[in-house]
Amino acid sequence: MAEKTYLQALNEALRLEMERDENVFIMGEDVGQFGGCFGVTQGLFDEFGEERVIDTPITESAILGAAAGAAASGLRPVAELMFVDFIGVSMDQLFNQAAKMRFMFGGKATVPMTLRMPQGAGIGAAAQHSQSLEAWFMHIPGLKVVIPSTPYDAKGLLISAIRDDNPVVFLEHKLLYGVSGEVPDESYTIEIGKGEIKREGADVTIVATSQMVYTALEAAEKLKAEGIEAEVVDPRCLQPLDKDLIIESVKKTNALVIAHEAVQFAGPGAEIAAIVADEAIEYLDAPIKRVGAPFCPVPFSPPLEQFYIPGVENIVSAVKSIR
Amino acid sequence: MALSKQTLVHMFETMNRIRMFEQKLQEFFAAGEIPGFVHLYLGEEAVATGACAALTDKDMITSTHRGHGHLLAKGGDLKLMMAEIFGRQTGYCKGKGGSMHIADLDLGILGANGIVGGGGPLAVGAALAAKYKKTDHVALCFFGDGASNQGTTQESLNMASAWKLPLVFVNENNGYGISCPQCKSMAVVDIADRAAAYDMPGVVVDGNDVLAVFEAVTEAVKRARKGEGPSLVECKTYRWRGHFEGDACTYRCVDELEEWMAKDPLPRFESKLLESKTLSEKEVESIKARIGQEVEEAVRYAQESPLPPTSALMDDVYA
Repeated sequence: MAEKTYLQALNEALRLEMERDENVFIMGEDVGQFGGCFGVTQGLFDEFGEERVIDTPITESAILGAAAGAAASGLRPVAELMFVDFIGVSMDQLFNQAAKMRFMFGGKATVPMTLRMPQGAGIGAAAQHSQSLEAWFMHIPGLKVVIPSTPYDAKGLLISAIRDDNPVVFLEHKLLYGVSGEVPDESYTIEIGKGEIKREGADVTIVATSQMVYTALEAAEKLKAEGIEAEVVDPRCLQPLDKDLIIESVKKTNALVIAHEAVQFAGPGAEIAAIVADEAIEYLDAPIKRVGAPFCPVPFSPPLEQFYIPGVENIVSAVKSIR
Repeated sequence: MALSKQTLVHMFETMNRIRMFEQKLQEFFAAGEIPGFVHLYLGEEAVATGACAALTDKDMITSTHRGHGHLLAKGGDLKLMMAEIFGRQTGYCKGKGGSMHIADLDLGILGANGIVGGGGPLAVGAALAAKYKKTDHVALCFFGDGASNQGTTQESLNMASAWKLPLVFVNENNGYGISCPQCKSMAVVDIADRAAAYDMPGVVVDGNDVLAVFEAVTEAVKRARKGEGPSLVECKTYRWRGHFEGDACTYRCVDELEEWMAKDPLPRFESKLLESKTLSEKEVESIKARIGQEVEEAVRYAQESPLPPTSALMDDVYA
């Protein structure tokens, strides 16, 4: 299997799906000749032409609404927002229109759109270009929320997202674009809603998403040196959430730490903690610990930004506080 | 424009169907039989009727929260609409959408919309799909004077024009955005003037004259089908009722309402048809009686239909 970056994996998924189904097309700001803000759509304009890789004006509401309208009219748009932070401008078209059309219309509309958005801190982009907003999307019935960490997962899940008949919010982490891993050349899918154990361990479960999976794996190596074997569970999707996988792991390890880059307060970890408390509290022999960003906007200056992002030490000390 | 008798009669029937449907809703809302809100279309029937008469079944429309007229004009089923507004399982949306969210994609109705300005981008998407698939279908976006100030509407006008999409923007200017009169919410007198900013034709028509609306929209649809891009047709009309049923409407004067009620689009069109001998008095009466009966049947259907079972709550959240 060839080594590919997360970015290449995404690009390949888009190419394969566009080749497979002529109803799949891309729209977004600078996705054409320019190749996308982070380069994910590179080369597709030359290959598929401007009718299928559509450069839009900088008008996020119109992009999302047009994607929803086109999806309801029989196409499979893959829309890109340059940064997840811009969703605020266009949220109505996502959560009041795309997400609800099917339900509101009594099942009559099908809205197979995918919305790709990079999120996350770490490149000095400051408060309006660095947030992790997955909790917003998890809270809206009608949306699916996919948040892959590895190149392999990114490709398989993006293909699944494009083929899904529902609006799928596909969250990429800017710092992951350059991460490499083994990715098959051919097309394959990963079921949306199925998580994966990224590292097995018997002493504590660390549920981590996106970029934080790597931080958790590093933390697990440190803990190993101290005799604690951590199991790292990557749900890969937050809606639907693979709660069975999480609960099974907790039953084995009897301890749970949840790590994400989103602000900890009312973040995705709150929901995961509540589910485990509701459904598996008898298996826990310690309180659930959450590791997330502090309750402040993402800062600019490098030392502040690095301090803001949950790190290996945060996870290690959370684990040690209960193990 | 010389029109066939069939088209003229169809328009006459549609206007009367909308009128009687709305009057029935008014009655049943007052009687407490309809949950939630209803936003009535009384007085504006000529706009939906004239505009939709210029479309085929394959063309798509997006509607507003005052959508009953648009939906009926596009061919919406009276019974299914009535049942939905009554919150019944047999309604268009199985009782999950209500008045503000009725859709029928088979009839090209992409839905009424509870969000002011929500439909513009969706209409852009429908028009984009038509262009992408190289059909000759067009999309038509109904929007009010209130929505004309929303960013989504401006974004949609811009995008549609930049991409020369087969889209017709039909502005239904009824003078008020909820309680706020046009003079307080915008500096322009004619919303159609805004079309110039997007390099598309912008025309003002008498929105109480169904033939004037039909003619202007037909022209715009022709242009759209030829690949020449979008147009904006502003239809000046007036909302007889409050923003919603129950609105005491203290923000406008009685004279204004009376002045507009004197310009009622229905008798105006009816006299035209009688004068031109397109229809006889007798035919007019029989059409009205038939539609009255259809509306009664729709009410009966709604009242006799079951309420949705709670077991259906979670259906259709996802496909």
